[in-house]
Amino acid sequence: MYHRVSRLLLLLSASLTAASVYATPGINMPYGVTPISQQIYNLHMAAFWICCAIGVPTFGVLFYSLFKFRRSKGAVAAHFHEHIGIEIMWTVIPTLILVALAIPATIVLKNMHDTDESQLTIKITGFQWRWRYEYLDQGIAFFSNLSTPQAQINGLAPKDKWFLLEVDNPVVVPVNTKVRLLVTSDDVIHDWWVPELGVKQDAIPGFINENWVKITTPGVYRGQCGELCGVNHAFMPIVVEAVSQADFNKWVVAHQKVIPAATTQNTIIDTTQAPAALPATAS
Amino acid sequence: MSDAISHALDAHHDDHHGPAKGFKRWLFTTNHKDIGTLYLTFSLVMLFVGGFMALLVRTELFEPGTAFLNPEQFNQMTTMHGLIMVFGVIMPAMAGLANWMVPLMIGAPDMALPRLNNWSFWLLPFAFSMLLSTMLMSGPAPDFGWTFYAPLSTTYGPKSTDFFIFSIHMMGVSSIMAALNIVVTIFNMRCPGMTWMKMPIFVWSWLVTAFLLLAVMPVLAGCVTMMLMDRHFGTSFFNAAGGGDPVLFQHVFWFFGHPEVYILILPGFGVISTVIPTFAHKKLFGYTSMVYATVMIAVLGFVVWMHHMFVTGAPYGAQLFFMYATMLVAVPTGIKVFNWVATIFRGSITFETPMLFALGFLVMFTLGGFSGLMLALVPSDYQYRDSYFVVAHFHYVLVSGSLFTILAAIYYWLPKWTGRMYSERLGQWHFWLSVIGMNMTFLPMHFLGLAGMPRRIPDYALQFTDFNQVCTIGAFIFGLGQLIFLYIVIKECFSKRAPDLRDQVWEGAIGLEWTLPSPPPYHTFAVIPHV
Repeated sequence: MYHRVSRLLLLLSASLTAASVYATPGINMPYGVTPISQQIYNLHMAAFWICCAIGVPTFGVLFYSLFKFRRSKGAVAAHFHEHIGIEIMWTVIPTLILVALAIPATIVLKNMHDTDESQLTIKITGFQWRWRYEYLDQGIAFFSNLSTPQAQINGLAPKDKWFLLEVDNPVVVPVNTKVRLLVTSDDVIHDWWVPELGVKQDAIPGFINENWVKITTPGVYRGQCGELCGVNHAFMPIVVEAVSQADFNKWVVAHQKVIPAATTQNTIIDTTQAPAALPATAS
Repeated sequence: MSDAISHALDAHHDDHHGPAKGFKRWLFTTNHKDIGTLYLTFSLVMLFVGGFMALLVRTELFEPGTAFLNPEQFNQMTTMHGLIMVFGVIMPAMAGLANWMVPLMIGAPDMALPRLNNWSFWLLPFAFSMLLSTMLMSGPAPDFGWTFYAPLSTTYGPKSTDFFIFSIHMMGVSSIMAALNIVVTIFNMRCPGMTWMKMPIFVWSWLVTAFLLLAVMPVLAGCVTMMLMDRHFGTSFFNAAGGGDPVLFQHVFWFFGHPEVYILILPGFGVISTVIPTFAHKKLFGYTSMVYATVMIAVLGFVVWMHHMFVTGAPYGAQLFFMYATMLVAVPTGIKVFNWVATIFRGSITFETPMLFALGFLVMFTLGGFSGLMLALVPSDYQYRDSYFVVAHFHYVLVSGSLFTILAAIYYWLPKWTGRMYSERLGQWHFWLSVIGMNMTFLPMHFLGLAGMPRRIPDYALQFTDFNQVCTIGAFIFGLGQLIFLYIVIKECFSKRAPDLRDQVWEGAIGLEWTLPSPPPYHTFAVIPHV
């Protein structure tokens, strides 16, 4: 019975996931393509159903009372104003529910912090208003800028499908590979967020924050900066392309040809960097 | 000196010593009723200023693409909207309710420090003039969000940031002095017989709130002073290049910021605990546990601040502690909700406008509490944080939370203050437009956040369009409803009709204020009552 219910819940939740489908407004968090995104999704749904389970009886009693005990229908007020038994019950039971929620949350969080045995490391630097990616072991570095034309933002051209979610140089990673992310910033606090990968991390100047992803399904995954960072906060998206190991190797070789394998920022000649396409600025 | 005291106690003089005439009355008043009115009027004006900014924001967000606000202007609007609503609407309104009602409820002739009371209020119009004037300066007004994180607000902040810092200082001093006044009044001026556990629950809620204010407003002052130092005096509190720490800013800010949100809601809880028993015609269920729950919420509120910072790169252990502590707050809050429901259960319920707003609060604040519980879970919070899910949560607890309690309080006490009953029909229109508008505006924001829409963006990807349009329409409906409220308030306050209400305006109401005439005399309790 438990198995059937959980499968039903899974089906229900799968039908609610929208993997950033264009024109269909998603109403739920995406199930995602990484073990962490899926664990987070399950935790989120568990919390949601628990809140429903608490809300329904609470509001049920409330609305029943509002209907049944109307003065206009002749209700006469009772005189009780305490009840030790019930008060203990509605203190203890919520506490137990909280413990029940805290346990899976603790476990998932531990998994999120476990960056051991990663196979690829990418350093992500937030700038105003673009991202820079450096594959430290492969000697690749490039900027990733919004590629939506300014005309579309200003309403002078029709908006294309991935309006504000497209970049000139996406991040390319191999599937089924544990990728360690080192996140920092060059100026103000930014935030690297890709919902379908279940990953978000603040990019803080002077600090390097560590996170990881392991993408199980090839595809293109889009995200946006998640911390107000100035005028063009809305215009520095993230695009991650998960490809097969073979395709990734080809990509690495191709990019290494373009950029010499220097390791310091100053000496990398970054021919992939387009001038940052900055939309409307302060007058 | 003794002449003044016997003078004040001589009830015969009440009739001859009415308020001064003209604007001098309002400028120099030390009367708690007048000062309460000043706070409430200021708050109402600010509600429309902040509300207008919100409608500008929502209009820009009606469709993807830049409509009429460029991103720089948009960031200023969202920042100012937040600052005005938090510091200019909710806090002054709660202070206004405290000023009007605390002395009446405890049988005191006025606040303990009446002149300080006047200064507490009058700081505010000057503070907000300074803040709003930044919009007229060359260069942007504050545009870094109401949470003004460093280094966006320090190294990269516009010139107007310094004026912003000074206006925050002024608001802080105002709050600290007001809180001091309230604590001293409640400790020293309760009438004989009013022991701690006989005190009205609204007074309890303001007592706890006042302690919170005293504790954390100085922290905010320290925070903005460190900002000023970083900007102009060569320090590096928040500048990594100089050896400082941007995350320190967030710690200091949120150490203030989390208790601040309890400051914004606890007096409202006191209002609801007063309104519901009146209209359910039944005593508040669990008065003692309500008091303890209020204190517990306030105490817990000091140790949860890092839940605003879960994705900053905090260590696992710290995240765990703050997650558990944050989840724990649900227990006393749940106790309060259950107590309110238990008060209503088997009561004899009527549905005047104050009760409508209290019931709206009860349902919708609880919904906000549920999204808060979801936000407390760190792994899921990674996805929620800085998305519209957070915007939905805090608007549910601030608009259908704090604001609804203020509206309930005004409908509840305005007849006492003016001696005239407001139009019940208009009140109901206000209520329903507010509930429908509020839900239309903020319910879809949960979905937008879950679907991946970040907050504080003037422009968004196409799949977010439909819900954004619903939100914008809802916002205009909500705004329209508040115009009805404005009409009601102006009509009752300036009406030429003679006051015609008895002392006991509401049949089920309990408390010393209901022993006074409606409206009460300018000076009350010249003879100290006994309870």
